Amino acid sequence: MEPFRRYIPVAVLIVLVVAVQVTTRLTDTSYYLTQLTMTAYYYLVVIGLCALMGYAGQISLGHAGFFAIGGYISAGLTTHNLIGLQDNALVALLHKFSLLVERQDLYGDTLLTVQPWAACIAAVLLAVLIAFILGGPILRLKGHYLAMATLGFGIIIAQIVLATQYFGEADGLSEVPPFRLFGPIEVSGSFGSRVQNYYIAWGLLTVGVVLLLNLINSRVGRALRSIHGSEEAANAMGVNTARYKLYTFVLSAAFAALAGVFLTHYNGSIGPSEAGVMKSVRYVALVAVGGMANLWGALIMGTILNFLSLRGVFGSYDDAVFGLILIVIMLFAPNGILSIKVRGLLARLSSKGEQNPGEQNA
Amino acid sequence: MNRMLELHNVHKYFGGLHAVNDVSFTVSRGAIKAVIGPNGAGKTTLFNLIAGVLEPTAGTILFKEQPIQGWKPHQVAALGMSRTFQNIKLFHGMTALENVMLGRHVRSRAGFLAGMLNLPGTWREERAIRSRALELLELMEIGEFADVEATSLSFGQQRAVEMARALATDPEILLLDEPAAGLNIYETAEVARLISRIRDMGITVLLVEHDMSLVMEISDEIVVLCFGEKIAEDVPETIQRDPEVIKIYLGEDEEVSG
Repeated sequence: MEPFRRYIPVAVLIVLVVAVQVTTRLTDTSYYLTQLTMTAYYYLVVIGLCALMGYAGQISLGHAGFFAIGGYISAGLTTHNLIGLQDNALVALLHKFSLLVERQDLYGDTLLTVQPWAACIAAVLLAVLIAFILGGPILRLKGHYLAMATLGFGIIIAQIVLATQYFGEADGLSEVPPFRLFGPIEVSGSFGSRVQNYYIAWGLLTVGVVLLLNLINSRVGRALRSIHGSEEAANAMGVNTARYKLYTFVLSAAFAALAGVFLTHYNGSIGPSEAGVMKSVRYVALVAVGGMANLWGALIMGTILNFLSLRGVFGSYDDAVFGLILIVIMLFAPNGILSIKVRGLLARLSSKGEQNPGEQNA
Repeated sequence: MNRMLELHNVHKYFGGLHAVNDVSFTVSRGAIKAVIGPNGAGKTTLFNLIAGVLEPTAGTILFKEQPIQGWKPHQVAALGMSRTFQNIKLFHGMTALENVMLGRHVRSRAGFLAGMLNLPGTWREERAIRSRALELLELMEIGEFADVEATSLSFGQQRAVEMARALATDPEILLLDEPAAGLNIYETAEVARLISRIRDMGITVLLVEHDMSLVMEISDEIVVLCFGEKIAEDVPETIQRDPEVIKIYLGEDEEVSG
C-alpha cells in the first residue's frame, strides 16, 4: 500500500543494523560499535539538516550550535551540584516535583543534580526556543546571507561555551551521568552497555528517519519542496512560506539538540569542539555528499565517512578531508555521490584533457 | 455581490517613480477583464499589488468586498485568489502532477505532526488531492504529462500546468500575467481556449496581456494603462477604435500617413 512503501528501505536499515552488530560479535570486533554509536547520533543532526537544506532549501552553518545547546545544557544540569542551594525556593520546588536526584560522586560526596530526563527536555526545549526566536528574522535572508547569519550564530554559541565557567570553558564538562531511559536501559558509555547503546542510538536514528520520511512524503513535504522550487510561486499558491521554513528550522534544531543530549550522556562528557564551526561545516558537507534532498544518500555516505573519521583514518587531516570532499562533491556531483554514473564521470574527466565538451556544440 | 474585485485610487511609488497612479476599476463576477498597456505601463506592478506581493502606497483594494491591501500572498490565496506568472514559475524538481497537487495545499489541512506520524487521515486527504490534481491536468489537456518533471515540458504545456495549479486552489478569481508571452500563434489560440474554459467554470479572470489578438478575442472589458495611469476602460470594440489607445500602440501616425 502506498503510504507504507517508503518503509521498505527502513526495514533494510534495521536488518543491516542488526547484521552489523551480529558480525562484530562473531568476529570479536565489537569495539567498532562505539564509533558506530557516535555516528548514529551525529547522523541525527545530519538528517534534520537534510530536511532543512535538501527539502526546504535553506542552508544552516550553525547546527553545531544547536547540538552544543542540547549537549551542554543537559551536561550542565546533570553535573552541577545544587546541594548548596537546597534552601533556595526554586531548587526546593524542583526537588519536590522529583526533577532532582541525589547521588554519590566518585569520592562519596552527595550530589544533588537535575534528573537526566528533565535535563533532556529542558535542553531540547531551550534549543527549540532559540531556533524559534532566531529563525524568525534570519530565515528572511536568502543564500549567502542566510549562510553568514547562521555561521554567526554558530560562532556565538562556540564562544559562549568557551568563555562560560558554568560550561567548563576550554575543558568542557565531564562526569556526565548515565541517562536512564526505562528499566535497565540507559545511555552510557560503560563497557557493559556497548551493545545496548548501539541499539539505542540506531533505534533513535531510525525513528528520526521514519518521522522525516513521513514528513517529506506528506502535504507539508510537498510544500517544503515547492519553497525550494520557487518561493514566490509557493507563497502565491497559499503556502505560508515563512512559517514552513521556520518550523523546519526548529525541527532540525530539535533533532540536533536531541543528538547532543544523547551523545553527551554516551560519551560522559562534552567539549567546546562540538560547538565549533568546523562541526557545522562537516554536517553541511555530509548532507551535500548524500545529495541534499536524499535522506538515504546522506545516511549511507555519512555513515561511511563519519565512521572512518571517528576511527581516525584521516588522522590530523580530518577537517581538511571534509573540506576536500565538499569541493569535490560540488564540482563533480552536486546531486550527491550516489547520483554519479561512473561512466559519465570518466567521460567527463577524459574530455577535460582534450577539449571542453561545450565547444563541440558551438 | 456582483463586484469580485475593486480597486479604488490605488497608488504605488518606488522611490521617486510613480509606477501606479490613481488607478480605479472594478471586475464583475464571472467576467474576463484584461489590463493592457505598453511596456513599463505598470501592469505587472498592478498585478503584484492585487496579489499581495506588493503593498499599495495609497488606495484600497477590495476582494469580495473585503479590503486586502497589505495582506500576504498566501492569505489572499486562501481567500480565493490565484495567479500565474509572466515568466513561468513552476516548482523545479517536481512533476507536473506534484505541481498541481501543491495547488491543493490551501484547501487541505495535514500539518507537520500529522505528516510526521503518517496518520491515516492524511492518506485520505492525499488521495483526494491527487485525484483532483489529475482531473485538472485532464481539463487543461495535459493529463498524459502528469509524471513528467514540469520544467522539462514545452512552454505552452508549462503554461497549462501553471493554470491547472492555480485552478487547484479553488479560486474565485484567477489572475493571469501575460499568459501568451513567449507562445507562438497556435499555442496562443490554445491558451485562449483554456481561458474561455476557465470562465465557463464560473471563475472570474483578470489578465494582463501584450498580445492584442488574444485580448480582443476573449475579454469582456479592457483597461488600458499608460505610465501608471488608466487612460481608458471599455469593451474591446470601443477600445480598438479609441484614438488615444491607437496613439499609444502605434505611435503618432501623422508622419506615417503624410
